[in-house]
Amino acid sequence: MIRVALPYHLRNLARVDGEVQLETAKPATLGTVLEALEERYPVLRGTIREHGTLKRRAFVRFFACREDWSHEAPDKPLPQAVADGEEPLMIIGAIAGG
Amino acid sequence: MSKIRILAGTKKGAFILTSDGKRKQWKVAGPLFAGWEVYHMKGSAADPDRIYASQSSGWFGQIIQRSDDGGRTWNTPGSTADELKSPDGFPKGESNKFVYEGKTGTHKWYDGSQHPWEFKRIWHLEPSLTDPETVYAGAEDAAIFKTTNGGKTWQELPGLRQAKGDLWQPGAGGMAVHTILVDPKNAKRIFVAISAAGVFRTDDAGKTWKPANRGLVSRFELPDPDAEVGHCVHRIAMHPSRPNVLFMQKHWDVMRSDNGGGSWKEVSGDLPSDFGFPIDVHAQEPDTIFVVPIKSDSEHFPPDGKLRVYRSRTGGGEWEALTKGLPQRDCYVNVLRDSMAVDSLEPCGVYFGTTGGQIYASANGGNSWNAIVRDLPPVLSVETQVLR
Repeated sequence: MIRVALPYHLRNLARVDGEVQLETAKPATLGTVLEALEERYPVLRGTIREHGTLKRRAFVRFFACREDWSHEAPDKPLPQAVADGEEPLMIIGAIAGG
Repeated sequence: MSKIRILAGTKKGAFILTSDGKRKQWKVAGPLFAGWEVYHMKGSAADPDRIYASQSSGWFGQIIQRSDDGGRTWNTPGSTADELKSPDGFPKGESNKFVYEGKTGTHKWYDGSQHPWEFKRIWHLEPSLTDPETVYAGAEDAAIFKTTNGGKTWQELPGLRQAKGDLWQPGAGGMAVHTILVDPKNAKRIFVAISAAGVFRTDDAGKTWKPANRGLVSRFELPDPDAEVGHCVHRIAMHPSRPNVLFMQKHWDVMRSDNGGGSWKEVSGDLPSDFGFPIDVHAQEPDTIFVVPIKSDSEHFPPDGKLRVYRSRTGGGEWEALTKGLPQRDCYVNVLRDSMAVDSLEPCGVYFGTTGGQIYASANGGNSWNAIVRDLPPVLSVETQVLR
């Protein structure tokens, strides 16, 4: 079970409290986790990655085990601690201007 | 007695203000979608409890919200897992999926080069006058989209961008379809206005569009006096009884067309400034119009620190300042293009929101004003609904 921490506005949009727990295909990657997240909460489609291109939106960031995964390939396996549910994958709205 | 509902979009959420027909006491509900920019909310004329809202953010993109109970509860249409699957189990479109049709194409960029169209947000939602499920959406970068299923899916009407779209150029505020007017007597005729491209008209329900800018003069932006596109139109308005007569607040100049946008003439007359954003028409008097003059395009606040609505009872040309109840000193707010609306009660109600967070209301056609709320986030849009 993968744990995902969503930013405030996306928790409101998806109407969830706290972390989200997801089953994903193995190995767990950014791509498989986002796929599972959007499958469970379709309202989040287009809010984290763009429609069509599936590129990460510019002011969204991913962190895993205190490391910035925002620029990692979507098919790169996530750290084992995230895959095992010991640590959450954190999706964060960047601290960006005004 | 009639009730009235004001739908206000702001930089940090949406608010719904309600009153009875006297329009003296107001209740303020909100913020809805707190923290998000709500460029526009509008109710369906065919079903006033059906309200659409455009919610967006620089972080998380575009969301379309819909209420079926007059704004008490909201949902993103078509966003349950079941609704998003075809019978074969494949994903369908989504309510916030705005994808340009066909080859994306390019438009003119600030340096004169060509730049690909990039969807940013929906500025304006215009529900059909007869079908609550049908809505037009004006987008930045400029395009018009349509839903016929209550916002579950949206399709572009690509003919608009074929009307010399390669020559359209963004202004400082972007390049967006910010006004959509559907002819109440002929639903196939629609007008849109785009900054900074101009007015465009379709007579075949959006398949084909033609520029409707003859007579506009933009000497500082467009050296060519006959330029068909490229005009920075801030807003257009019509009275439902007289859809061939259009009024326009342009970047500079207030204009009028008596032939459905076939040609325009200037009616700025004796205004203290012919720059501004909103323009609207009195509900019962088709030749009474309202504007809010702004000092200049580089200052974006009222002349002399005095917030004045100007009213013309002659369809332009001759204007009178309306000041009673409005601040007449030290006022430096702006009034944005979608932030003025009228109601259909008698006497006509007129409303406008400011970038300072006030919403001013007049229950007597503009003769006197009252701030019905003072400290909202900057107001992006104001719409009214009369509930009978």
